[in-house]
Amino acid sequence: MTRAPQPATPPLAEPSAWRDLHLVVNGTALDLQVESRLLLSDLLRHRLGLTGTHVGCEQGSCGACTVRIDGAAVRSCLTLAASCAGREVTTVEALAADDEELHPVQRAFREHHAMQCGFCTPGFLMSLSDAQDQNESGSAEGDSAAEVLMDHLGGNLCRCTGYVGIRQAGREVLGLPCNETCGAAHTCADAAPGAPQIGRRLLRREDERLLRGHGRYVDDLDVPGVVEAAFLRSPVAHAHIRNIDTAEAVHQPGVIAVFTGHDLAGVVGDLLNSEELRVPPGIQQALQPDVRIQPQEALATDEVNYVGQPIAVVIAQNRYLAEDALEHIDVDFDELPVVIDPEAALRDDSPLALLSEKDNIGLHVRATTGDVDEAFANAAVVLKEEFRSHRYVPSPIETRAILARPDRSTDELHIFSNTQTPHRMRDHVAAAIGVSVDNVHLHPVDIGGGFGQKGLLVAEELVIPYVARELGVPVRWVEDRSENLVAGTHAREQLHRIELAADAQGHLLGLRDRFIVNLGCRNFVGLTVPYNSIAHVSGTYRIPAMDLEATGALTNTTFTTPFRGAGRPEVVFAMERAMDRLADKLGIDPWTLRERNLIRPEEMPYRNGLLDRRGLPHELDSGDYPAMMAMAREMIDLPAFRRRQEQLRAEGRYVGIGVAMYTEMSGLGPFESARATVQPSGRILVATGSPSMGQGHETSFAQVAADALGVPVELIDIVGGDTDKVPYGIGTIASRAMVTAGNAINKAATALRHNVIHAASQVMQVPVESIRFVSGVLVAGEDSLSLRDLVRRVAFMPDKEGIARLSELAYFQPPNYATSSGLHIAQVEVDEATGAVRFEDYVVIHEAGRIVNPVIVDGQIIGGTAQGIGGALLEHLQYDDSGQPVTTTFMDYLMPTVETVPDIRLGEIVCPSPTNELGVKGLGEGGAVGPPAAVANAVEDALRPFGVIVRSCPLTANHIRTLIRSAARE
Amino acid sequence: MKPAPFDYVRATRLDDAIDLLAHSPREVKILAGGQSLLPVLNLRMAHPDVLVDVTGISDAGDLHVDDAGRLHIPLTARQAVVAADPRVRQGWPLLAAAISHIGHPQIRNSGTVCGSLAHADAAAELPAVMVALGATLHTGGPRGGRQIRAADFTLGTFTTALEPDELLQEVVIDAAPAGTGWGFEEFAPRRGDFATVGVAVTTRCTGPRITDAEVVLFGLQGAPTRATAVSDLLRGADKTAGVVNAAAAHAADGTDPFDDIHASAAFRTELAEQLTRVALAAALEVSA
Repeated sequence: MTRAPQPATPPLAEPSAWRDLHLVVNGTALDLQVESRLLLSDLLRHRLGLTGTHVGCEQGSCGACTVRIDGAAVRSCLTLAASCAGREVTTVEALAADDEELHPVQRAFREHHAMQCGFCTPGFLMSLSDAQDQNESGSAEGDSAAEVLMDHLGGNLCRCTGYVGIRQAGREVLGLPCNETCGAAHTCADAAPGAPQIGRRLLRREDERLLRGHGRYVDDLDVPGVVEAAFLRSPVAHAHIRNIDTAEAVHQPGVIAVFTGHDLAGVVGDLLNSEELRVPPGIQQALQPDVRIQPQEALATDEVNYVGQPIAVVIAQNRYLAEDALEHIDVDFDELPVVIDPEAALRDDSPLALLSEKDNIGLHVRATTGDVDEAFANAAVVLKEEFRSHRYVPSPIETRAILARPDRSTDELHIFSNTQTPHRMRDHVAAAIGVSVDNVHLHPVDIGGGFGQKGLLVAEELVIPYVARELGVPVRWVEDRSENLVAGTHAREQLHRIELAADAQGHLLGLRDRFIVNLGCRNFVGLTVPYNSIAHVSGTYRIPAMDLEATGALTNTTFTTPFRGAGRPEVVFAMERAMDRLADKLGIDPWTLRERNLIRPEEMPYRNGLLDRRGLPHELDSGDYPAMMAMAREMIDLPAFRRRQEQLRAEGRYVGIGVAMYTEMSGLGPFESARATVQPSGRILVATGSPSMGQGHETSFAQVAADALGVPVELIDIVGGDTDKVPYGIGTIASRAMVTAGNAINKAATALRHNVIHAASQVMQVPVESIRFVSGVLVAGEDSLSLRDLVRRVAFMPDKEGIARLSELAYFQPPNYATSSGLHIAQVEVDEATGAVRFEDYVVIHEAGRIVNPVIVDGQIIGGTAQGIGGALLEHLQYDDSGQPVTTTFMDYLMPTVETVPDIRLGEIVCPSPTNELGVKGLGEGGAVGPPAAVANAVEDALRPFGVIVRSCPLTANHIRTLIRSAARE
Repeated sequence: MKPAPFDYVRATRLDDAIDLLAHSPREVKILAGGQSLLPVLNLRMAHPDVLVDVTGISDAGDLHVDDAGRLHIPLTARQAVVAADPRVRQGWPLLAAAISHIGHPQIRNSGTVCGSLAHADAAAELPAVMVALGATLHTGGPRGGRQIRAADFTLGTFTTALEPDELLQEVVIDAAPAGTGWGFEEFAPRRGDFATVGVAVTTRCTGPRITDAEVVLFGLQGAPTRATAVSDLLRGADKTAGVVNAAAAHAADGTDPFDDIHASAAFRTELAEQLTRVALAAALEVSA
């Protein structure tokens, strides 16, 4: 570290660049002085404390920062504060005063479940309120209300909801009729007193504060003395670092310190996501996989091997000044050869992606069952194909952020992070920077989406806590959008060479899949993704013989890690495309081919002969796949569609239908924790290791706890990911929260109920059997006792254990995976001339055990589906040959918008899981698994007259036109 | 990311802005809405010393139609205001239609027409529309004003005929003769994106005969591309689908289309033909 010589004052600009600014904000006239370059978003958030306006990209693409100026919705990140002189700015905080009812747009968002993480919500509300006013005043460029609505909503990105609820809320606000095919129109009838909370369509309890702009995300925290960090990143894909010169940077205004890797050497441990990298003993023993691990220096000292790798960090009074100083750091690089393509990386003559390795193999694993050679020898039909899953970025609208606040008096470190795995972060940080784990505290914050990206620890998250302790001041780092796209985490890049063997009727006899995973610069997560692909390839099908082999290639690209689905969308794309190609080869309908191979419910629990991810025999616990297919045939009249398809082809119009099925082995262990406590107020606090990134845990977990305790849901408060409230936890990843945390909460709350009644029996001096615990009150005959009184009185009782028993800690360790399943049907029309894909219909049939809150569940399914559709049609993180990422903004990395995602019809099958008391299964990821395969199958079906074969996504218009042109040439 | 330091100056008169442009020893950039400039600044891809905000200039005139029926769009006019103006919608519907394709309301509420023209993004709608409408761009500078035909204004991607010390003050568009047909089509990956390819078309007819057609493509190459081969084939021909289709097939003749991660040159060529066909058909529908 090089420390700045004198304590710096925070001059964001020279005095000459300050401007007087008179403006009105939310009805209050203000006289301010602002620096010329201050963005309106920063004025509002960091000077005026109006943190409801969020920042998601600072490129004008995401719309999270939308405010209204003189009534017109604008991007506050593309507006200079100084340019607002004499104007009137309105933010989300002004939609409804704290003591007022919600504004109609806020109410509509809540009632249509048009929000999940809440981060993009204020921007949407401001756009929608503008649309509403325009529509009412008739000043909307003469366009129809529907046009005004879509035009406005199109300017905002949401990553969680899939837009279906947002569209619905918008229609309500603009007085348009409810769309019948909308799957998210919800009403919540008040449940009868005492009726079970589980299964109830309860509107979310977290929504109100988020709608009012009162969420508390990391960048919203008002911490006195906080300073900001900015990272210098490698501009080249592979190089030796000859020299890093920070001398000039440290003297820049407002700079507190500059750290390089040399400053951290020996004091900050290398980055290693050890839990993800662990190979389960069963797999180690049976498969002897080759899993090579390449720890990463927190800041590179000698070699960089991907664009975006952190090299140095500047700590300054604010982010502007930190970025100014970055421009004054000089790094000398000796560039090295690069390899980007994973297949090329595995060739003998490939340059090394990382010089310390002997080759570019990051992992290799092979799993087999049955006699595959015999299966192929006996097959009537063999299909061999190659399918490629491309590279995505999870892209939560809130990027990664961490604030570390050291407490010198106690040597403790307080961390506010939007991680999905707080306890893991606590343990890693403590170990890496040499602090007692007892002294590292993670405090819960609102999290603006995660989707797996925030489930992994990255190097920056080791640097910030260290730097904060070293400097003795709170330090915050908020990743910007380009950092997130370039160097956050990437996902999904796999190349499958898949072979199917079948008899003449299409019964599957064998499967071979040799696939390559592009790991990127390092093997970050071991077998997690590749083995998840292996574990899910056979999905809903009975395949007696399988030979599956995964090779992980190291390349000079950003590391790839789990993103919603984590290996499933990739392998399901290969398998479900292969099924359609096989059907084509056999001349039978793809739906019929699938029906002939489905595992039947009476075969459950079903073992496919492989090992699961834990190294135990792979076992599907429950499910009814034929019932899903039967429901599909009810929801879609396939023969009628085929007739229409024929007719339209005669007119030169091309419609197609595609189906894809998958399983989701959910509820990853090893455990989750929960503590249920009667608080001094008489309210129940339920703490768990599993935080919410938008899944609505404050509501669904409270429903579980309410039923277990037998108290009203309103009496329960949920806290996720507070390391002070539960000693151990894992987090919210891998579709596990409801299975693991839900069951832990059920156990803790059940035990607490037992203890409450026993304690009450002592206090009230009546037998246990005579106590009824109704609506949070203990009743025995004429006597009653509130929980508040119970806590107080138990404390004074001779039995000193009584009070301790009013707080119960429980762990749930899942005995097996709870396997959900899904079936997606995409129905599309492809415009032959432009290559554009338009959805005619989209159906999702899902089976996810017992449903705790249907509102939330539908939102999760639709939101996941939207992410899958994004990848099927638009999203693609691309590199050029030199290893430069070329889609580094939301202008080039194309996220789905309100017009991309169609209304989605939902169907539901329920097979409660026998693996846990609640009967629940995880479903967070499932929606994202089906779309690439279903959409590709539909597009290929539409373009059958052209003989097109779809081997990869995204199916952009350009891609489709290329397919049609090259098919015509063949 | 946050922008690098600069001085913000709010010009209140045209002369002030021109004076700063012409005589400041520092690098001056005009801020005319900022919806393209601010992302560039936030990404630190540009480091101007001074930003001169021209949206508050009081002597640039209003958006108006003069006695000769010409539309005047001053440099202060926001895109949303222009598109919503009843006179524009009535008299220059092609312009209103094109503006509705620029980003989203949140962008058009800040962005200005003149700002977009001076920025000259190859995929932007307005430079091409101004060529199709035969607009004249009025500039101011230390050597006095100039009038530049729209067709001569955009020279390439982010390059215009403006001298470094000149300011685009106003766009003037003649009233279209009665019976002028128009068509506007663009293809973008998502609504509001910059166009992969787009086309603005105006046509005039006498009875069943096409007397004139202007076809201007954008997104194809650096500057708006006049499809003169198409115009030549249409002029004097009958307005039939066959004629239109045959002519549209030449939309990309003589061009060297962009070839990038979003669209190949071949795809852009196909789009140029397809969009031209549709836009022409729409134009001839209205054309008297």
